[in-house]
Amino acid sequence: MPSKTPSKTLSKSVPSAAAAPDPYKRLGPARLLEIHRLMVRARLLEERLIKMSKGGDGFFWIGGPGEEAFNVPLGLHVKRGAGVDHDFLHLHYRSSAIMLAMGAKPIDSIRQMRSVATDPYSKGRNFVNHYAIPQWNVAPVTPTIETQYLTAIGTGVAQARAKTDSVTIVNGGDGGSAEGDFHSCLVWANRPALPLPILIVVVNNGWAISTKGDTQHGERDIADWAKTFPDMPGRTIDGNDVATTWAALDEAFDYVRKNRRPYLLEARCSRLYGHSSSSGANRLPEKDCIALFEESLVGRGLSKADALKKAWETEAAAIDEAHQKVKGEPFPADETVWEDVFVDPIPPSYPTKGRS
Amino acid sequence: MANMAQAIRLALHRGEQELGVLEIYGEDVGPPLGGVFTATQGLEHSWNSPLDERGIVGAAMGLAWAGSRPVAEVQFVDYIFNTIDLLKLAGNTHWASGGTFKTPMVLMTPTGSGIHGSMYHSHSFDTVATKLHGMKVVCPSTPLDAYGLMIAAIKSDDPVLFLKPKALLRAKGEELLPGEPDEKTLHEMIDAPLGDRSKWKPKWPKIGAYEVEIGKAKISHPGSDATVVTHGRLAPVCLDVARRFAAEGKGSVEVIDLRTLIPYDWEAIRTSIKKTGRVVFVNEETEITNFGEHLIRRVVDELFYELKVRPRLLAAKATPGIGLSPNLEYFTQPQTTDVEAMVAELLADPA
Repeated sequence: MPSKTPSKTLSKSVPSAAAAPDPYKRLGPARLLEIHRLMVRARLLEERLIKMSKGGDGFFWIGGPGEEAFNVPLGLHVKRGAGVDHDFLHLHYRSSAIMLAMGAKPIDSIRQMRSVATDPYSKGRNFVNHYAIPQWNVAPVTPTIETQYLTAIGTGVAQARAKTDSVTIVNGGDGGSAEGDFHSCLVWANRPALPLPILIVVVNNGWAISTKGDTQHGERDIADWAKTFPDMPGRTIDGNDVATTWAALDEAFDYVRKNRRPYLLEARCSRLYGHSSSSGANRLPEKDCIALFEESLVGRGLSKADALKKAWETEAAAIDEAHQKVKGEPFPADETVWEDVFVDPIPPSYPTKGRS
Repeated sequence: MANMAQAIRLALHRGEQELGVLEIYGEDVGPPLGGVFTATQGLEHSWNSPLDERGIVGAAMGLAWAGSRPVAEVQFVDYIFNTIDLLKLAGNTHWASGGTFKTPMVLMTPTGSGIHGSMYHSHSFDTVATKLHGMKVVCPSTPLDAYGLMIAAIKSDDPVLFLKPKALLRAKGEELLPGEPDEKTLHEMIDAPLGDRSKWKPKWPKIGAYEVEIGKAKISHPGSDATVVTHGRLAPVCLDVARRFAAEGKGSVEVIDLRTLIPYDWEAIRTSIKKTGRVVFVNEETEITNFGEHLIRRVVDELFYELKVRPRLLAAKATPGIGLSPNLEYFTQPQTTDVEAMVAELLADPA
C-alpha cells in the first residue's frame, strides 16, 4: 500500500512560514526569478488579450490572470514531451501561465486571440487559451468546463499500463467541480482494478462565472471529496503564494509519479479580471499574487525592486512586438473550413453548399 | 456461420492482435459476461468499466490521444444521449485543433428496435449521429460487413461510431467470413460456456483479411424499377421484400445498404436513382428531422429531373418512445408489411 499524505486540509497540512525554514530561500534566486518572469509574462499576456478583446482586435476573452502563483510552478513541474513516457495535460481555459512556463510563446496566444491563420492551436477556429499541442501532450482545451476530467481518464489508463513515471494532470475550476465529470474522474482514478496516476487539480477562485461559490457548494473544501477514497490524498492550499504552491506541487507530483495513484489538489487563487468578457473583464480588488511575490522577494533580499520592474518592462516590450507582428498576419481563407473535417480530405460528394 | 456478435468479436480479436488495439472496455464488456450481446467474449484486452457512459467516451478520447486505439462500448445506444457533447468533441477535435490532434477511437453501441426493448432499449440515434460532424458513422447489417467495417473502423484515424443493430446481433449472414470454420466448430472455439467461465479461454480461428471501406455502400439487390436506400435492421427486411417482388414479378427493386451513414455514399444513391427514377429511404429513426429527409432534399436538389415520382421516406413514427407491447412497437417501427406497402406504392405511382 502506498504511503498516504498525512493531512488533507489547508489548516492541517501546510506548516506555517514561521515554523519552517524559509521556503523561498530554499527555492533559490535563479528559480525564483525564473518564476517571477514567467508570472509577469503570463499577466501581461492576459492583460494584452483583454485589451485586444475590448479594442476589437479579437472577440471573446477568457483566461486566468490571478492564478500565476500556482500555474507557473505547475508548468515548471511538467515532464514535457510526446507519448505515454511524458506527462499529459488536460487543461481548462485558465491555463496560459502553465503553458508559458512550459515554453509556449505569447505570440501564439495573440494569434489565437486575433483568430489569424497562423494560430498554431486552432487555425483561427477557437477561442483564445484553447491550446492543443500534441508534441507536448497538451490535449485540446475545450470550451466545456468539465470534459477534461473525463479525457484525463484515458491518458491515465495508458500511463497506468506503461512502465513510466509520467503522469496525467487535469485542472478545472471550483464551478466545474459541480459537474458529474469531475466526480467521474475521481471514481475512475480510484478503481481498485486499475488506479490511475492523475494529479487532479481544482483551482478554486470562489466564483462560478457570476455565482458565488459558497452559495452553491456545501463542501468545506473541494479537496474533501478525497476523503471518500481511502487511498487518495487530498489537499487544499493557498494558491497565491509561490513557495506554498511549489512545495505542494513537489509533494503531489512526487506522490503520483511514485505511487501511480491519484492525488486531489485544490488551490485557492484570486480571480483578478472576472470570469471572462461576459463579466466585463475589469480589474477586481482581490489579492494579487505577483505583488505578494515581489514583496516576499524584496523583503527577503532575494531581489531588488528595480530588477523586478525591469522584468515587467522587458516582457511588455516583447508582447508589444509580438502583437505588432500578428497584426500583419492573414486571417484564414473561407474555404479552409473544409480542412481537417476528417484526417483525410472530405470525399468529393460531401455536401458543402449549405443550401439547396 | 458466424452471427454478427461473433463476427465483431473476431474482428476485435484481430484488432488487438494485429492492429494495435490496447483497450476494449465498457459496461459488462470484460469477463465474465463479455458484453450483453457477447460481442467481446474472450478478448485479451477487454475489461469492465464503471457504469458511466460519459466516462467511457471521455476515456476513449484520452486513450486515442495516448496511442491505445481503444474500442469502447456504450451498452445500448439509448444510454448514449448523456454523452452527446463528448461525441461532439470527439468529432470536432481534429478540426478544432487545426488538424494537429487525431482521435482514433471506435465507439460501438447496439442500436434500433426489434428486441422488445421498450422505452430505453429500442432507440435509434441516426439523427444525432449524423450531426456529429467529423465523426464517421457506420452501421452494418450482415456479419461479414460487421467484420469488415470493424477492421476499417479500428484502422481509421478518425473517430468512428459503430452502430450495431440490436435485432441483427444474433442473426447469421449469407456470406461466410474468409476462413470461417463451420458453425458448430466456431461455437465451440469462441463462445464462452454457460456457468463457470473462470478457466475458459477461446481458441481463435484464423480469419482471412477482409475490410469494408468506410463510405462505401453495397448494392445488396440489383434492380431497375425502384431504389430502396436503407441500413441496419431494415436492410435485410428490404432485401427480402425486393427478392419476393422479383420472384413474384411485381417489380425490379434495387436495394442499397448504406453501411456508412457519414460520409455516405452519394455516388451509389445518385447512380441508382438515375437508373430507376423512383426512390424510398427506409430507416428506424423517427420521421421528424430524419437523416433520410436530408437525403431526400439532396435528391430533389440534384436529381429532380431524374425523378419519375416524388421521393419517399419510410421511418418510425414520432412518438416519445417505443412501447413494450408488440402491437405498439410494430405500429411505431417500420415492419416488413410497411416496406412491402411502400415499395408497392412507389412502383405503382404513375410517372
